[in-house]
Amino acid sequence: MKTISEKILSVKSGTDARAGDTVVCRADWILGTDASSPMAIDYFRQMGGDRVADPDRVLFAMDHYSPPSTAKTAAFHQEIRTFAGRHGTRLREVGDGISFQILSEELAAPGDLVIGADSHTVTCGALNLFATGVGSSDLAAAMLSGQTWLRVPESIKVALRGPRPKGVTAKDIALTLVAELGPEGASYQALEFDGDALPALTLDDRLVISNLAVEMDAKASIFPMDDATRRYLESHPDRPVSPVAADSGARYSRELTVDLSSVSPRVALPHSPENVVPIEQAAGTPIQMVFIGTCTGGRVPDFHEALAILEAGGGRLASGVQLVITPASRDVQVRLLEDGTLRKLAEMGAVITAAGCGACCGTSGAIPADGMNVLSTANRNFKARMGNATASIYLASPAACAAAALTGRITDPRAY
Amino acid sequence: MQLDARARVFGDNINTDYVIASTRKRDTLDGAVLKRYLLEAVDPAFAATVQPGDVLVAGRNFGCGSAMEVAATVILAAGIPAVLATTFARTFYRNAINNGLLPIECDTSSIVEGDRLSVAFDGERLEVSNPRTGETLTGRALPPIMLEILEAGGLVPYMREHRGFRL
Repeated sequence: MKTISEKILSVKSGTDARAGDTVVCRADWILGTDASSPMAIDYFRQMGGDRVADPDRVLFAMDHYSPPSTAKTAAFHQEIRTFAGRHGTRLREVGDGISFQILSEELAAPGDLVIGADSHTVTCGALNLFATGVGSSDLAAAMLSGQTWLRVPESIKVALRGPRPKGVTAKDIALTLVAELGPEGASYQALEFDGDALPALTLDDRLVISNLAVEMDAKASIFPMDDATRRYLESHPDRPVSPVAADSGARYSRELTVDLSSVSPRVALPHSPENVVPIEQAAGTPIQMVFIGTCTGGRVPDFHEALAILEAGGGRLASGVQLVITPASRDVQVRLLEDGTLRKLAEMGAVITAAGCGACCGTSGAIPADGMNVLSTANRNFKARMGNATASIYLASPAACAAAALTGRITDPRAY
Repeated sequence: MQLDARARVFGDNINTDYVIASTRKRDTLDGAVLKRYLLEAVDPAFAATVQPGDVLVAGRNFGCGSAMEVAATVILAAGIPAVLATTFARTFYRNAINNGLLPIECDTSSIVEGDRLSVAFDGERLEVSNPRTGETLTGRALPPIMLEILEAGGLVPYMREHRGFRL
C-alpha cells in the first residue's frame, strides 16, 4: 500500500521504498537554470567531472537573466552554452522560458523523477510525477552520476472538493492552501492531491497549485493522472506515459480537505506568501506596478483572464500604473501573439518582456522604485525580492492583477 | 569538531533571498564579495559586524524559499562555520551539508545575541552548550548519508571519491 511518492521513488531506485527510507535514484530529467548552473559547472569540474552521465536528460534554461542585464550574467550564459555544447546536453535559449515550464510543455511525463536546481521545480508534479528542487552541488552530482539521493517523504493527502465558484482562480486555491499549512507545513513531505474537484482544474491550474507547494516547504506536489493530463500531454505525444496512482490503503502523515466553494479571491500581503487575506481586506491599497507573469501566473489562460477583465473595465490602465507582462515560455508567448492577446495588451500600454522569470526575483526586467506597492502574480513577496527593499509586494491572481491595473488599487476582480 | 562561537541571532522564516539577495548574484558569485551583503534585507548593518567564528542562530524554517546554493556558500565565506535553527528548510539543509557548513537543528529559543556557545560534534552527538544559561542543547542527528558527505568535507570530495551516491 503506497503513496504516489513511494511508488515513483521505488521504481526510480529499484527498491521497495517507504516513507523515511533513503534511496539513490536515477533521475529522468535534470534541470539547471542560468542562476544555478554556473555554480553547478564549477562543482562538476571540482568533482573531477569529465563527462555528463546522460546528457540527453540534462536541460539548461536561460530563464532568470532573460535577457542578461549585466556583463556577468551574459558571461554566465556563455559558460552554460560552452558546457552544454561540449557535453551534448539540451540547452534552451534566452526567451525560451522557465526551465520546468519548458519541461512540462515538451518532455516530462507521468511517473518521471525530475530534479531541478530551482526550488519551483515542484511545479512539474502537476503532471503526475515526482519533481523536487535541489542546489547547484546536487545538480553537479546528478550530471556526473545520473543519480541523486532522496529521503522518501511522507505524504500529505490534500482533497480538493466541492464546486469551484466563478471568479476563483488556481492562485486563490493555492494561496488558501499556503495559509492553511503555513510556511513549513509540508516540510520534508510531499503533497498528493485528490478529490472530486480535480476535473474542474486544468493542467495550467494544477501547475500553479503545485508551484506554490514549495512556499509550504513541500518536497514534491503531485496530482493524479486523468483526462486533463492526457489532453495536456497530447501536445507532445511521443512522451512515454506511466501513470501512478496511490493505493487505497496508502499511509499519509496528514489528510486535509480544501472545500473550493469556500475559497474566494485572495491576496498575500508583504512580506511573506502565507500572509494571506481575502481580497476584500486588502481592497483599496494603492498599486503602482502590476506584474503578470512568471511560473505562477504566466501561462496562456492567465493572460486571457487578465485581458478579459481589462477589456471589461474599458481597457485603460489607471494613471501611474505600470503593467509588466512576462510569459512563462516562448510557446506561451507565440500563442498569445497568434491570438492577438499581446497586441491588445501592448495597445493598452503594457510593457511586454521576453519569456522567463522576469521581474519576480529582481534578476531581469522591471525593478520597482522606492516605496512602490507592487501587485504580482508571482509566488514570493519577500522584502527586496524584486530588487528594492523599500518596495512592498502583494501577491494575487492574474484576474486581481488586471483589476488593479484598471483602478490603481487592489480591487476585487469579481466586480468585472 | 569543537567550536567556540558568538551567537548572532535572527528570527523565524529567514529565506535564502534574505541571506543573499538574488540581485547581488548578477555581478558576481564570489563569496568574498557577496559576504558584504549577507542578510542585508534583514539588517543592513549586520555584515560589517560579522567576525570569523560567529555562528548564525535562527528560529523556525531557516533557509526557506529559493534553493540557491550561494546562500550556504556566502555564510561560509563570511567565516561562519555553523547555523543553528529550530528547524531548517530542506534545500538549505542539504546545500549546507554539501558545502561543509554545519546545520544544527535544535531549540534555539533560549539563545540571545552575543551568547558564547560551545559546539561539540563527534559525528554522533551534536551538542551546543551555553554557559550563560547553563543549558546543553542536543542537535538532531544527521542521516547517515549526510554524515558521510559532511565527514568527507562536502559533496565535492565525496563525489571525487565515489563518483556516485552509495548507501
